[in-house]
Amino acid sequence: MNVIVDTDKCCGAGSCVLLAPEVFDQGEEDGIVILLDPSPAEPLHAAVREAAAVCPAAAITLDGQS
Amino acid sequence: MTDVLIVGASAGGLAVAEALRRKGHQGGLTVLGAEPHPPYDRPPLSKQVLAGTWESEQAHLRAETELDKLGATFILGDPAVRLDPEAREVSTASGRTLRAQAVVLATGLTPSRLPGQDGLAGVHVLRSLDDALALRAHLLEGPRLVVVGEGVLGAEVAATARGLGLDVTLVGLGRAVLADQLGDPAAALLTRKHAEHGVQLRLGVGVQGLASESGRVTGVRLASGELLPADAVVVAIGSRPATGWLGDSGLALRDGVECDSRCRAGDGVYAVGDVASWQHEGLGRRLRLENRTNAVEQAQVVAANILGEDLAYAPVPYFWTDQYDVKLQVHGLPSPEAEVSVVEGDPEQNRFVALYRLDGVVTAVLGWNMAKAARLRRDRLGTT
Repeated sequence: MNVIVDTDKCCGAGSCVLLAPEVFDQGEEDGIVILLDPSPAEPLHAAVREAAAVCPAAAITLDGQS
Repeated sequence: MTDVLIVGASAGGLAVAEALRRKGHQGGLTVLGAEPHPPYDRPPLSKQVLAGTWESEQAHLRAETELDKLGATFILGDPAVRLDPEAREVSTASGRTLRAQAVVLATGLTPSRLPGQDGLAGVHVLRSLDDALALRAHLLEGPRLVVVGEGVLGAEVAATARGLGLDVTLVGLGRAVLADQLGDPAAALLTRKHAEHGVQLRLGVGVQGLASESGRVTGVRLASGELLPADAVVVAIGSRPATGWLGDSGLALRDGVECDSRCRAGDGVYAVGDVASWQHEGLGRRLRLENRTNAVEQAQVVAANILGEDLAYAPVPYFWTDQYDVKLQVHGLPSPEAEVSVVEGDPEQNRFVALYRLDGVVTAVLGWNMAKAARLRRDRLGTT
C-alpha cells in the first residue's frame, strides 16, 4: 500500500492522526498533514483505509490496495 | 432491483458507497444525484473555487478511475422526487423508478432565500459548484458586494471576496461574525480580522429587503433604513434540510430526516449528512450537524448498519473554517452562552486554544491557528 497525501487539499482536521498516528501527523499551527510512513505495514492498512475514507478534505489517496 | 440505493451524490452519499465496498458489500449499488457533476467537495467552493486558485475539477472528490473502481451505477442530473419507504422505491424527475433493499437519504441542504430574491439578477446563494462558478464570474466583473449572513459561509465569502480586491460589506443579525457559533472572544477577534481586512461591517441589524431596478438588484435595504448599494448580493442566511421531496413519504421530518441512534429513519431507510437528525447517545439528545466531517463519519456507521451491524453514531462534532490568516478548528459543540477560557497561546498573538464550558463541563475545544494542540485536547470534552 502506498499512501499519497495532498497538502493543498488538507484542511487540518487531524482525523487521520486520530485513526493512524503511526502513519500520519500534523503541523502544529496549520494542522496540515505530515506523512510519516508512505508505505505502511499490513497491520496498519485497515486504519489507513478508514483514515482515507473519513478525511473531510478527500486529501488521502491509496495506491495498491493489497 | 438494486441492493443499495443512495439518494445524493455528494460527500455523504459517496462515502456510504465507498464504505459499503470497503466493508465487503458486493451487491448492487446505485448513487442518484440531482446535479450533473460527479461527486465534488463543498468546503472549497467558498474558498479555493471562488478565489479561482482551484479549477473546479480540483474540487471533485475522486478521480474518474477511482469512481469506476467502485462498481456503482451513478445516475446524475436526475433529482429524486418521491420516496415510498415501505417499498423502498424512489421516483425521479425524469420518470425513473428505482427500488432497493436499503435506501440512504443524503440530499443535503437547500439554502434559505430572502423574500423577493427569486428571479432577481445579481443575487446569489452558494451551495453548489454551479452557484460558486456563477458567483465567481460575477465577482470578476468587480462589483460592490454585499454579503447577507455573518455565519461561516457568509464570513468565508466575504474573506475570499476581499482577497479578490472587491468592495465588501457583511451584514448580519448577530453582533459579531460567528457570534452564534463561537461566542466571545473568538467571534470578537474574527470580527476584528474582517474589519482589518477592509470589510465594511453592519452587524446586529436585519435586512428589510432587496432594492432592484429592471429585474436586477441594486442594493440591500437594512432595518435601520440604510440602503447599501450593491451590484452583487450573496445570501448566506442558513439552510433547510432538503426534504421537500419526502413530504408524502410518511417519514418524520421535524428537523431533517429523523433517525434513531443507528441513523435509521425506517425499515431499510437510512439518512446521512446535513439532512439527517439522529439521537446522539453520548450527548443524550437529538442532533443534526451541517458540517463536512459529519457526512463522512456518519457514512461509516450507516454502511456498517446496512450490512447488519448495530452501531450507534456518537461522534465528536468538528468543523473548521479558514478566513484570511486564521485557521479555526472546533471540536465539540461550542455555544455563545458557554464560559470560554484560553488554555494555551495568546489571542493577541493570533494563536490560541480555548475551552468552552457549560455548567463546568467542557463542551468544546477551539483552536485558532493551533490545530494540533486543539486536537490533542479533544479528550477534555465531557470533563470538568
